[in-house]
Amino acid sequence: MTAIADIDVAAAPRSARGATLDRAFEILCFSAATFLLTALGGIVISLVIGGWPAIAKFGPAFLISAEWDPVQEVYGAAGAVTGTLITAALALAFAVPLSFAIAIFLVELCPPILRRPIGTAVELLAGIPSIVYGMWGLFVFAPWFAQHIQVPIMMSAKPGSLLATLTSGIPNGSGIFTASVILAIMVLPFIAATMRELLNTIPPTVRESAYGLGSTTFEVIRKVSLPYVRTGAIGAVMLGLGRALGETMAVTFVIGNSHGFPTSLFAPGSTIASTIANEFTEATGALHVSSLILLGLVLFIITFAVLAMARLLIGRQANL
Amino acid sequence: MSMANAAPRLSRRLGEIAFLAFCWIATGIALVALTAILWALVKQGGGGFFKPNGGGIDLNIFTKSTPAPGNEGGLLNAILGSLMMCTLAMLGAVSVGVLAGTWLSEFARESRYGKVVRFLNDVLLSAPSILVGLFVYEILVAPLKGFSGLAGAVALGLIAAPVITRTTEDVLRLQPVALREASVALGAPVWRTIFAVIWKAAQSGMLTGALLAFARISGETAPLLFTALNNQFLSLDLTKPTANLPVVIANFALTAYDDWRRLAWAAALLITATVLVVTMVARTILRGSARS
Repeated sequence: MTAIADIDVAAAPRSARGATLDRAFEILCFSAATFLLTALGGIVISLVIGGWPAIAKFGPAFLISAEWDPVQEVYGAAGAVTGTLITAALALAFAVPLSFAIAIFLVELCPPILRRPIGTAVELLAGIPSIVYGMWGLFVFAPWFAQHIQVPIMMSAKPGSLLATLTSGIPNGSGIFTASVILAIMVLPFIAATMRELLNTIPPTVRESAYGLGSTTFEVIRKVSLPYVRTGAIGAVMLGLGRALGETMAVTFVIGNSHGFPTSLFAPGSTIASTIANEFTEATGALHVSSLILLGLVLFIITFAVLAMARLLIGRQANL
Repeated sequence: MSMANAAPRLSRRLGEIAFLAFCWIATGIALVALTAILWALVKQGGGGFFKPNGGGIDLNIFTKSTPAPGNEGGLLNAILGSLMMCTLAMLGAVSVGVLAGTWLSEFARESRYGKVVRFLNDVLLSAPSILVGLFVYEILVAPLKGFSGLAGAVALGLIAAPVITRTTEDVLRLQPVALREASVALGAPVWRTIFAVIWKAAQSGMLTGALLAFARISGETAPLLFTALNNQFLSLDLTKPTANLPVVIANFALTAYDDWRRLAWAAALLITATVLVVTMVARTILRGSARS
């Protein structure tokens, strides 16, 4: 207990004026905390109010239909929701093994002299703004990816095979897969940092005794370290998932922006956030705006569930 | 026991080698990605700071506003707009964040309301920033019928405040209770104890939090797209649409004009350099205070 509220202040000598100011100060602090709570509540309420015309018009069909047609004024979220979930899931499939490996490298394998520079470099990756990832993805990564990965894969795939179906499309470098790779690089430092803190909470004696029994590093990690931090590790992954779901600018630049269900990994698609970013300022009518806000509400519900789960699992042990 | 039994079996050894190799490769991939991004920024964006025909340093970036395609221009209006909005956002976010963090650390204790605020603040901390933009659009832009730099600043402030709240609470909790007891025993009222003793003792940690929050919002684009919008001209009026670096990048990068793209890359280099320098400074302060 370190809070000032735990100290019996009344027992100490103080003036009446001091006591009044104390009360005022506590109320001020309380109001600031309540303000933050109100802000989050306000976000939900404003999204519900703004999305209401679209809810009234489309009802549950909004979630099932993938049709997004501003000319006919028909809007459905299924395409964008699918794009969001696929890109986020793929991004995690790349980022989780890599970030776990980086955390393990930094805690177990890294020569002490390199630990700080490499740790800082990974942290810097987290600091690069989303839009810079977008530019780099579009102008540097996508052309390279198209030339050296996409075209060879598409050339080698047998027509009609599963691989050919998964990789059909125009090999211009942008699309669902590219968006997932960029997202993976973006969430990787967050998962790695949380994992690193979690691994550092393992008492040295636990690991040392496993090594003492003759285990290899791999066995210590797999059978001792990872089980020890299991709950927190799942939380770290969920935290990364929360970020991947809501990422906007980087995805908007590289996903190709087409409505409806994505047809293959290399095909263009859209996510909830990219649709809002692309269309909001140029929305054609009140229903279009309302549908975009309703999309925002769907995104909020998905990310809130994921982030809430992440926080409950990580607890307050990892300092993120 | 013979040596043959003590040595790990071949399958275990191979598994170990493969695992260690994967850890090295994964770290290598992250480092390559960072290098590739920074290299592209310097190569593509660095050109914006020199005259196109190799005639030395070009100060247009800092002295001229965003041009029409084909004309000479710079980023002055966007730099000023970003600075104004970020400063305003930080003023608001620091006041709210420090007070809220203080309440969570000093007054909330284990109350249920305190736990709810703490939990929801953590959620707000990583909520998608585009939703904050939508919210501010709904409460400020739509009712007032106009995009404004002020709305942009509010959106950025709402993103920075939870970061500051969290770091403030964390560093205040690290201060020993004896510090508080000593001050109170001397007759200082609680507010004085917090102002002059606890905040003072925690100031470097709180400064770090504020710097990290600043780094976070200075590159934020999504919440500005439909709050501050953009402005082609130099303007100090925050009640009107205001130019800012992130939205200039978003608008200019996707055009076919070479000079606009050049400016977009220069702006990207400028923002990234700022963010990385601020992050490094924050880390250095934190390490310095941890050592002393």
